[in-house]
Amino acid sequence: METYYNPADLAKFGKIGDFDKALADKFFSYYNEVFKEGALTAREKSLIALAVSHTVQCPYCIDAYTTDTLEKGCTEEQLMEAVHVAAAIRGGASLVHGVQMMNHTKKVMM
Amino acid sequence: MKSLKASGHPFSISTLQLEHLHAHRSDQFADRMADAGLHPLKPTRIEIFQINVGKMCNQTCKHCHVDAGPDRKEIMTRETLQRCLDILATHDIPTIDITGGAPEMNPHFRWFVEEAARLGKHIIDRCNLTILLANPKYYDLPQFLAKHRVEVVSSLPHYTAVRTDRQRGDGVFEKSIQAMRMLNEAGYGQEGTGLELNLVYNPTGAILPGPQQELEADFKRHLLSEHGVYFNKLYVITNMPISRFLDFLVVSGNYETYMQKLIDAFNPSAAMGVMCRNTLSIGWDGTLYDCDFNQMLDIKIQDAPVHIDHFDLDALTNRSIVVDQHCYGCTAGLGSSCGGQVV
Ligand code: SF4
Ligand code: SF4
Repeated sequence: METYYNPADLAKFGKIGDFDKALADKFFSYYNEVFKEGALTAREKSLIALAVSHTVQCPYCIDAYTTDTLEKGCTEEQLMEAVHVAAAIRGGASLVHGVQMMNHTKKVMM
Repeated sequence: MKSLKASGHPFSISTLQLEHLHAHRSDQFADRMADAGLHPLKPTRIEIFQINVGKMCNQTCKHCHVDAGPDRKEIMTRETLQRCLDILATHDIPTIDITGGAPEMNPHFRWFVEEAARLGKHIIDRCNLTILLANPKYYDLPQFLAKHRVEVVSSLPHYTAVRTDRQRGDGVFEKSIQAMRMLNEAGYGQEGTGLELNLVYNPTGAILPGPQQELEADFKRHLLSEHGVYFNKLYVITNMPISRFLDFLVVSGNYETYMQKLIDAFNPSAAMGVMCRNTLSIGWDGTLYDCDFNQMLDIKIQDAPVHIDHFDLDALTNRSIVVDQHCYGCTAGLGSSCGGQVV
């Protein structure tokens, strides 16, 4: 069955360089630099990546960073807490706009 | 749960496991080793005698590469153990690594440890922890092991009950903690006693293990604060794609991805330090192998007599180690051996 997303495509990510090598090289070298141990640990960065993956709803990133966080020693509870952080910010971001809705309501209504 | 052998599973036949490993991959391990200048792979020096004293075990863990369990009856005889002692007495091989199954279930275990200790060798017991509580006759094992200064190496796949039990069986975590407490009381894992209790972590699934140092810190923190038990080092090992773990990979649909992951993570530095270079593995019937994994795949040593009765150290030191596709499990990432990561 044909689908828009194919799990096997994740392994082909590097191939984006076939159409534009210079930019792909720049992207991957930046990417690798970002995930190195720094002021944040590699594990913390991986958990952030997992949360962001859920926000951008990228199935490739979700698979990749689920594996990566597990390999870095995170527990199922930690993974789920990271997803809730994403969900809370997403939900909160919608809800906080309720203030705008209320402001506008107050302005237009008697 | 039954062993693969008792349930008549095709993977209880080693040739069928090897066929499976060969059928799916074109990246030949031997070629990768050749690129790294490591083919044929040669031993450095035989420093460790890893003796598998039997496949009998009180547990039936899901990932077990030995396919051990209560239904396995293969046990090393006293004669074969004596043969090992004779060789150890006359050769400069400093370490005896006793494995199984649950080695303590071999009826000659205590006698063998006493004799080995008399030879002044460093002795390792690969103890699954729960055996200490399996029968009153094992309750005094911590004191016995301490008396003979035996290093205890024990599998504990995770510091949470849920992950450990999922791999090793219901209630195993709780019993393992009790057993660690017994070992701690006998002096194990305590600074200054010289009695080493080292734990082995392996991932509870089709993933690679993370860095040893970080995991060791996690294990120490959680086990001490939540259970009041302690240990010396954590050895981090990769699950080998053989036996019951191979079955799990195939059944769960993870086989291809896992193999590719191991292949992609091939690390020449890890390949330099694979354990078969300084270890000789002896099977329950006295047959010689390059490692415990080759033993379970029935891949015997080459270029030297294959039985302990015809032990020839020169020929063994000069032999070429037999490698195959499962060896990718030893060379992935930071590497994997019975002593943990190698780089
Ligand atoms: S305790 Fe060890 S030998 Fe026994 S089944 Fe588990 S992994 Fe295998
Ligand atoms: S599986 Fe055995 S023979 Fe192969 S690399 Fe590992 S230790 Fe050596």
